[in-house]
Amino acid sequence: MTTLRGNLQLKLGNFELNSGEFELPLEGVTVLFGRSGSGKSTLLRAISGLDKHTEGELYFGDVCWQNGKKALATQKRHIGFVFQDAALFPHMSVRQNLMYSVKRLPKSVQLADFAEIVTRVGIADKLDRGVNFLSGGEKQRVAIARALLTRPDILCMDEPLSALDWRSKAEMLTLIEDIVAAYQIPVLYITHTPAEVERLANQIVFMQDGAIERIETLQESLSRVDSPLFDDEGAVSVLQGTPQAIEQGLRPIQMGQNTLWLSDLNELKKDTVRVRVLAKDVSLALSDPEQLSIINHLSAEILEIVPEQNHRVLVRLQLQDGQKLFAEITEHSAQRLELKADMKLFALIKSVVLAE
Amino acid sequence: MIEIFGVEVSLDPIWLTLEVAAWTTFILLLLGTPLAWWMARMQHSSKIVLEALVALPLVLPPTVLGFYLLIIFNPNGYVTEFLRFFGFEGQLTFSKTGLIVGSVFYSLPFAVQPLMHAFEAVPQKLLDAAATMRANVLDRFFTIVLPLSQRGFLVAATLTFAHTVGEFGVVLMLGGNIPGETRMVSIDIFDHVESLEYDQAHVLSAMMLIFSLCVLMLVYGLNRKFGVKVG
Repeated sequence: MTTLRGNLQLKLGNFELNSGEFELPLEGVTVLFGRSGSGKSTLLRAISGLDKHTEGELYFGDVCWQNGKKALATQKRHIGFVFQDAALFPHMSVRQNLMYSVKRLPKSVQLADFAEIVTRVGIADKLDRGVNFLSGGEKQRVAIARALLTRPDILCMDEPLSALDWRSKAEMLTLIEDIVAAYQIPVLYITHTPAEVERLANQIVFMQDGAIERIETLQESLSRVDSPLFDDEGAVSVLQGTPQAIEQGLRPIQMGQNTLWLSDLNELKKDTVRVRVLAKDVSLALSDPEQLSIINHLSAEILEIVPEQNHRVLVRLQLQDGQKLFAEITEHSAQRLELKADMKLFALIKSVVLAE
Repeated sequence: MIEIFGVEVSLDPIWLTLEVAAWTTFILLLLGTPLAWWMARMQHSSKIVLEALVALPLVLPPTVLGFYLLIIFNPNGYVTEFLRFFGFEGQLTFSKTGLIVGSVFYSLPFAVQPLMHAFEAVPQKLLDAAATMRANVLDRFFTIVLPLSQRGFLVAATLTFAHTVGEFGVVLMLGGNIPGETRMVSIDIFDHVESLEYDQAHVLSAMMLIFSLCVLMLVYGLNRKFGVKVG
């Protein structure tokens, strides 16, 4: 598999990016995650060649993008870039914005299917509008179409949702998922929102103080007790399963022999879905309670028990199909149930939502 | 010579003035554009030195500028010698060419400042976006920067032209008062007043007044029209 590997430095005023050696698989969505000021955007700009003060090394597969101070110009890197606030050209219509990409395609690169892309992105009826008459969500859609029409080898997205309201955010996430699946373009995606990471990421690049702290898969990251993805809601698990046909007003999600029941009945076009479970919403029982309003009972095995603050413990569980699940309970309950590693028990999940 | 309100006025100074102003505007837009672009994108602290140098003609008495130019353009000086090397004949002092060169210096801020402000207002991210769509530097300049700074160019052109029409000190110091060669309108008016020919001075002054007013109205009109459309 081709990778993007290198080690980049960039000094901007008081801020210094010093990525350290990294190697990213060019497959699926790689999220750059970190607080504001951790250097996510700077790294993405350095990777794209948008800052000419960048130094270091960068290889896209076998192609050298940066060697010392010598850099391959951005326009020769075959990068699609979606900026935080779309960056549409204000003196052009939507169509002209899109054609700006198309007109500059090198002859060796095959044209993208214009009609297919604008339809998929949902702007087919807005081509002749001025870009100043578009809503935030529409602007971002045009920006995505414009980036796709450059036939990029890699698509960079710098917090593409941050300027949108929650409804547009949800729609855009669905669109981004769809695009990743349809065009198989590797994506570098910046965000500081854990929910976006849990929804989209295949692998995560954690950044802190201008350096890459670690690179791991979503599953690896979520199985860590101290995952930076956990915010004030506490530990979170993301489970993957196959949605089945609706039964008795509920949506079953199959995970190995376990079934999760969702009350979300919206149409699902995907083969696999991710659901998000807060550790706080998971209770434990030694036997399978039949007479209980909670419908989601999953058999599980304890992997480890980690003490938390405020007399609480985090119990890391493994489900039948190998997926990991966190439960957060009180120290008192853990002692009363005499919980210990390798114990088999049942996880009761009070609420489950589709990751979005 | 034509007659306006029964006063005989020579048109030569007017044509000369327009010619010098047109050349100056053309040259300044050509040279001022890269200079303004460079300054607009400059982040180094030495930018203030450049900005001050460009703005110098705004505060310097024109006679001072004219005096230094007179010294530098001395027919036996280095600059003229250097130009002779490239086949230049004649001299820069007391000639039309010299007037145009002097005007270029004198009107520099009127071209560079509006252009610089227009360029600074073009968001960097638009240029970044264009680069990711495979537009090279010149392509980005002509397709993004130029259309978005139209207003700056119009303002720069009109102000440069008008300011050159109105110059006096530099012309007097550098060009003198040679009819048909360096006698511009402002000098002509001065000349008429000196010779107590108030009628001619009146007609020329009134023409200048109306011209200046029209130009300024044009500039503010453009500002307004394009301010809404582009901003």
